[in-house]
Amino acid sequence: MGKAIIAVNDLRKDFQVGEVTVHALRGINLKIESGEFVAIMGASGSGKSTMLNILGCLDKPTSGTYELDSVSVAELSKNERATLRNRKLGFVFQSYNLLPRTSALENVELPLLYNPKIKARERKEIALQALEAVKLTDRMHHKPNQLSGGQQQRVAIARSLVNDPVVILADEATGNLDTRTSYEIMSLFQELNEKGKTIVFVTHEYDIARLASRNVIFRDGHIIKEAQVTERLNVQVLLESIPANDGFD
Amino acid sequence: MNLLNLLKIAVNALLLNKLRAFLTMLGIVIGVASVIAMLAIGQGSKKSIQDQVSSMGSNMIIVMPGIQQRGGVHMGSSSSKSLSVDDVEAIAMHCPSIKMVSPEVRSSGQVIYANNNAPTTIYGGNENYLGIKMLTVTSGREFASKEVQRAAKVCLIGQTVIDNIFEEGVDPIGKYIRFNSIPIKIIGVLSEKGQNTFGQDQDDLLIVPYTTVQKRILAISHIQTILASALSEAASSSALTEIENLLRQRHDISDDEEDDFEVRSQEELVKTFSSISDILTVLLGVIAGISLLVGGIGIMNIMYVSVTERTREIGLRMSIGGRSIDILLQFLTESILISIIGGVIGILSGLGASQLVSSVMKWPVAVMPQAVLASFLVCTAIGVFFGWYPARKAANLDPIDALRYE
Repeated sequence: MGKAIIAVNDLRKDFQVGEVTVHALRGINLKIESGEFVAIMGASGSGKSTMLNILGCLDKPTSGTYELDSVSVAELSKNERATLRNRKLGFVFQSYNLLPRTSALENVELPLLYNPKIKARERKEIALQALEAVKLTDRMHHKPNQLSGGQQQRVAIARSLVNDPVVILADEATGNLDTRTSYEIMSLFQELNEKGKTIVFVTHEYDIARLASRNVIFRDGHIIKEAQVTERLNVQVLLESIPANDGFD
Repeated sequence: MNLLNLLKIAVNALLLNKLRAFLTMLGIVIGVASVIAMLAIGQGSKKSIQDQVSSMGSNMIIVMPGIQQRGGVHMGSSSSKSLSVDDVEAIAMHCPSIKMVSPEVRSSGQVIYANNNAPTTIYGGNENYLGIKMLTVTSGREFASKEVQRAAKVCLIGQTVIDNIFEEGVDPIGKYIRFNSIPIKIIGVLSEKGQNTFGQDQDDLLIVPYTTVQKRILAISHIQTILASALSEAASSSALTEIENLLRQRHDISDDEEDDFEVRSQEELVKTFSSISDILTVLLGVIAGISLLVGGIGIMNIMYVSVTERTREIGLRMSIGGRSIDILLQFLTESILISIIGGVIGILSGLGASQLVSSVMKWPVAVMPQAVLASFLVCTAIGVFFGWYPARKAANLDPIDALRYE
């Protein structure tokens, strides 16, 4: 295990809903090291999404500290957080969030547009490498509506890789996909993890969570269980157990 | 984000919604085109009036007898005999801003040659008269000062009069015509001037020495009008005051009395006549401007729709590192692009429409370069102004909410 990428200490988040204060997170301590593959689990309303928003620097904690790659996020302004997201984070969403009617390549290039240090030619090169990493080079000129759900999610993963982030945050990235495609996507994540990428993954599916290296379980704004996955499943084995045509014989 | 990337994103966004972008632009196109065409028509009519008035004479100043009061009764100005030949000589001598001066006396009557006759007006002036009124002689000669002194019965003839009383192909020079039974020899033919703005035929005239009109036709010793020509357009206002002061002095008018004459410069005439078309221009411009405003509101409307539609895109852009300012600039660039492209198309169609109006309807048009420049700037301003609020709405979105927007 390497150095700490994410260090969260006594993190709290309150929301004011009308008269009522909702305590979404009530003192979270979490450390994620470089090269880990962490699955965050929990029921709806357990605070896992709030946690992911804060980890993703989209939201600020009410109190507590959060260090992302040795940068103290709580002290940053809105714009500084945007730049931090651009340089250090990769997002993968449940609903892909690709720009419609825009080619896969251009979708992957998108984060680099917000990095003024990267020139146009470099941009295309890096984007092509990222598409190669998700094995979609042959579809780079296809628009999202010409791609299957799994392919769209792979484009989204390529997009999250393109800025060489210190951590990839995935929010129910397999939530919209069938079992087989889910496993394919997970296989991609595992592959990236083996190459050294740190991945934080929110899911509510146990079998998906068992593909990660560590599980963190949330309930009512607390972490109630945190454990290394002892019998980590190999996604290739799972894939072989499912017939290629999904059993529709 | 640099400008090139911003432009690329904006162009892509517009291309994704070509028809919508085009329809939004159309408001601006129509607005700008109508501003340019309307102002061109307004300016054209103003310019044609100005040209006509300036063709009446070179920096001309007209002195007319003023309204006179007799026992509290206002008399018509023509009844006044306040101007004299001595006034003309005094102006020539004492007014340094005046280049030329001439008396004018006129009478109307019947002109007769052989079996033909026609009504016309005879104008009397001195040897400067043609120069002041910017008239030239196409054949024959002008009359000399000697002929003015001896009230010679010689005349210059306008083209309309020739057409009225001479057979075609007859050279009028040297022929004798009769005006109110006085025989007059034609010594020159005046160049054609056509109609003026007020529909008056400027070629229906005879010009003779003023002495001839005074002594042989009207039997009067005063003159009806004094025509003078200022040294330059700039000198015409000082010429005006010089004449006014001189004549007040010569006519023994005390400080509390009104002038018994009236001095007008051509410049003032131009102003008087062009003020009408100025009002017209402003009116047309305002109407066209309103359509431009409506076009701008159209942009705002579409930009709001676009921001709402693309809420998730905005959320995504923010989550991958777009700052508020990047999002603001993205939408602002889009609206500016719509209005500038619309503006350019509008300018071109406005110029085209002006050409069409001038060639099909034969209206005088004058495209003002300032109007073109101004419409372009106004378009950019419209893009910024009407794009600002939708863009700010986009920039102020919360990325978490935007990403979850359905």
